[in-house]
Amino acid sequence: MRLLIGLLALVAGLVALPERGAAQTTAQGILQQYGDDVAKGSRKGSEPAIAALRDSGLPAAAVVLEKWLERDLWRRNADGLFVYVAPAGDEMKLIDIDTGAEVGAAPKGDLTQLRPSGGVRPMIAAALVAFRLIDPDPEKRRAALDAIARDAEKDHLPALRAAMAKEKDPALAAMMDRLARILAIRFGDSDAERIAAIESFAGDTALDARAALNPLVATTRGAAASLPDAANLKRELELGDDLTEDEAWALLVEAGIAPPRISGADKRAALGAHIVDGRAGGVPVPELSDPAARDRAYAALAAAGAAPPTVTDAEARAILEANVYFERWQEPSAAVAEAADDALGAIETRVTLLQAFDLLLDALSLGSIYFLAAIGLAITFGVMRVINMAHGEFIMMGAYTGYVVQLFISDYTVSILVALPLAFAVTFLAGVALERLVIRWLYKRPLETLLATFGISIALQQIFKNIFGTQARPLTAPGWLDGAWVLNDIVGISWIRIAIFVMAAVFLVAFLFVMKRTRLGLEVRAVTQNPSMAASMGIDPDRINMLTFGLGSGIAGVAGVAIGLYAKVTSELGQDYIVQSFMTVVVGGVGSIWGAVAGAGLVGLLQKIIEYFNPSNTLAAQTYMILFVILFIQFRPKGIVALKGRAAGD
Amino acid sequence: MSRKPFILRNPSVLVFLLALAAFTAAVTLMSEAFGAGLISTSFVKTLGKTLCLCLIAVAMDLVWGYCGILSLGHFAFFGLGGYMIGMWLMYARTEEIVLAASAAEAIPPTAQELSDAIAVQIFGVVGGSELPPVWSFAHSLPLQLLLVLLLPGLFALVFGWLAFRSRVTGVYLSILTQAGTLALSLWLFQNDSGLRGNNGLSGLQNIPGLDDVPQAVVSVWLLWASALALGGFYLLAAWTVSGKFGSVIRGIRDDEARVRFLGYSVEGYKLFVFTLTAMIAAIAGALYYPQAGIVNPAEVAPIASIYLAVWVAIGGRGKLWGAVIGAAAVSLLSSWFTGGQAPSIPLGFYTVVWVDWWQVLLGLGFVAITLFAPNGVAGLIERIFVREAK
Repeated sequence: MRLLIGLLALVAGLVALPERGAAQTTAQGILQQYGDDVAKGSRKGSEPAIAALRDSGLPAAAVVLEKWLERDLWRRNADGLFVYVAPAGDEMKLIDIDTGAEVGAAPKGDLTQLRPSGGVRPMIAAALVAFRLIDPDPEKRRAALDAIARDAEKDHLPALRAAMAKEKDPALAAMMDRLARILAIRFGDSDAERIAAIESFAGDTALDARAALNPLVATTRGAAASLPDAANLKRELELGDDLTEDEAWALLVEAGIAPPRISGADKRAALGAHIVDGRAGGVPVPELSDPAARDRAYAALAAAGAAPPTVTDAEARAILEANVYFERWQEPSAAVAEAADDALGAIETRVTLLQAFDLLLDALSLGSIYFLAAIGLAITFGVMRVINMAHGEFIMMGAYTGYVVQLFISDYTVSILVALPLAFAVTFLAGVALERLVIRWLYKRPLETLLATFGISIALQQIFKNIFGTQARPLTAPGWLDGAWVLNDIVGISWIRIAIFVMAAVFLVAFLFVMKRTRLGLEVRAVTQNPSMAASMGIDPDRINMLTFGLGSGIAGVAGVAIGLYAKVTSELGQDYIVQSFMTVVVGGVGSIWGAVAGAGLVGLLQKIIEYFNPSNTLAAQTYMILFVILFIQFRPKGIVALKGRAAGD
Repeated sequence: MSRKPFILRNPSVLVFLLALAAFTAAVTLMSEAFGAGLISTSFVKTLGKTLCLCLIAVAMDLVWGYCGILSLGHFAFFGLGGYMIGMWLMYARTEEIVLAASAAEAIPPTAQELSDAIAVQIFGVVGGSELPPVWSFAHSLPLQLLLVLLLPGLFALVFGWLAFRSRVTGVYLSILTQAGTLALSLWLFQNDSGLRGNNGLSGLQNIPGLDDVPQAVVSVWLLWASALALGGFYLLAAWTVSGKFGSVIRGIRDDEARVRFLGYSVEGYKLFVFTLTAMIAAIAGALYYPQAGIVNPAEVAPIASIYLAVWVAIGGRGKLWGAVIGAAAVSLLSSWFTGGQAPSIPLGFYTVVWVDWWQVLLGLGFVAITLFAPNGVAGLIERIFVREAK
């Protein structure tokens, strides 16, 4: 029957269009070749015309296809001429599809509009893509590539390859090559071609490659009496190792091998529905709290036909063991699926390496924040043996200083540049005041400084809450810090974090300079090592203590501005960082700058690593980190960088 | 040398115990359940809770005031005690509810169904339907009571052993205890910790098996229990610090190295005091939370332990009765001020609302006490007392 229709069509075609197949040099000529088929708008009839237009290479052909798609292509009923139209009074102007010249006018009744059907439209669109791929404008070619990448079709592949051969722009050619290979994974004609395309992506970590490969390695599970002979079998599953008994049973039910098991709740309901004379299934109701009695009763019910039968555990085991379970690729060709699996394995390795690198970057940026937050604490603790519990509140004061500055200076770049020194000044003064008024009276009682500064801390927190309210205040980063530095699909880091890292580095250098190259630094180091000896050398420890405390506090203020850039500024801001800061100091070793660096790096890295293993749960990450620090102190009670000299002895 | 009985050698202990008894009797007589009804049930509960806070303050004074270990983690033990008793309270109470509900059903539940139903009731709020392993003993009051003592005791023992053996002292130790407390509270905040995450354990005021007894009566019973515990442990603490043991731990506080050179096992003493006080704190917590009704991870947060240190410092370290006065006064004042009952002070240009400014007052007051009265209120009282005696 099909043969007969085919023959008829062939004969009809030969009769109607004797010149079909001859090379045509105009779009009109091509269309005329397939005139009536095109006019009918059938999928089958239009296909050769579209292909011919696509392959013609005529500039007008693209326009024809576009107009056709948009229903702007008309045909004159009288002679079958294809034209574009433009309204002109009562009539329509007719425009030649090749030259664009006006070729006459006709009343609307003499013309027929071509309306491509739902089957024809995608074919035209695909042909148009081919045209856009060889468009003279590189931007249009790029856009066409993006369009293909978004929504790929089998037809795109030959077009892409044809365009690739002609492409002059090396960047675009590379993009086309890549896209052609991605399409070949899905649409390649032979397994060999697809596998070659797959293997070309081994180690390529870009998301598009992974997205193309992932569907190929999808598997489904099944169960059968014996292992099927299918080509796309992946492996046999071992009961107990690869799948649980419940999962296996579900597969058996799905395959129609085993009946669904009756759940405990269903059994209970069935028994409840069949209570006769205080007995269900022949067992007295009060005894049914025992699972064994319940099974007995249900078996009796099932035997009586009052409830659906169920298999006993022993029967279930037998059925489970009598069958095999397997995993098969959803992809029909096992060779392709395995190649994709291998390629993905290679990609996975690279991704893991890159993720490790990304983690390192994250840890570095977190470490810089901890460094900024902790360095002040490390100095005051190192020099004065004083734990400043209000340190977190100094960080908070710095952040609020930044916020207030932004209220007055609307240019964010300028305001940050103003806020940094201002925050330093504000918290420096606050630190000096705290030292003069409170801490200097308590040098002999270090535990009490801890408590006194805690009193200051809760007072400051509440005062700032009273002034600024409980809601978070924004501290906006300048526009040029928006966005992220993206290396590839896996490695990326936001500019703010880079800026904070740079800031931490600058502070480290500045601080080292002050400590090693200035008179102040020399005196501070002397007081750190031995206060009474320093005093007998003419250094005024009181003054040094005051300046050191101010310096430490001032850095906390600067850290506050940095932290405020990416965290919300609230009166509790400092609390979030104080424990980590303490930990940084304790791990790093007190009174040493390099200790603070090491501590911040270690704490930051550790936190990120733990978060990596348990990304959904930052709370657990912090818990484990604190436990680690507690254990760490066991092995290095003085921290990574322990001070030498008499100061270390106490 | 004839030794007088312990109580007679320490008249302050006798005075304290008599005062506590008088206070308890007075509250009982003024309560709604047993007396004139001058004090509301909720205030009876507040007073009972305050007694528990006094008890943990005694523990804190023992470990800090006498032994010199500034632990910023004793409230964690307090919270753990609450969690341990709360698990039984919640389990038993839910079991009653589930049993009552299943009585209406045709078929009696199996043990597994019962425990599943209880688990759904308790853990539905965090999306769980199974009893986590930590709840294995929750069905039994004696086991859970044992855990009130053992779990915090074990935590304290392990932590203390690790810390003291590596000679972590002073502010270092304080920070470590604080870090440990933070770790515990963060862990409790997780939903999959098995303790209902930030919901905590609730409904603890309903004592299982006592449905017929009104809360007014239960509150007085708990007050008695708290007073009894406070009295008992005060006596124990006073007796402990009065003898040679007390001298040794005071010696450790004042100069650890010297005591070590005299041949005492400083670590052993510290570990003993640390663990003992952790257990006392846990008992205080186990009595506190049935009166509070709910225990959640926020209670364990490091800030609570710091406040504990504040109470003891304000009351006066090294004086057990000072710690009690500090805890009672500051916690009651705190709830009075933050409860909004304190009158606002209009300054003309600004009105001081105590809800907003109490923290500031407390913080600055605390600094002032640290600076000017290192021995706290007890020190001030004693100074006046001694001056009058002269």
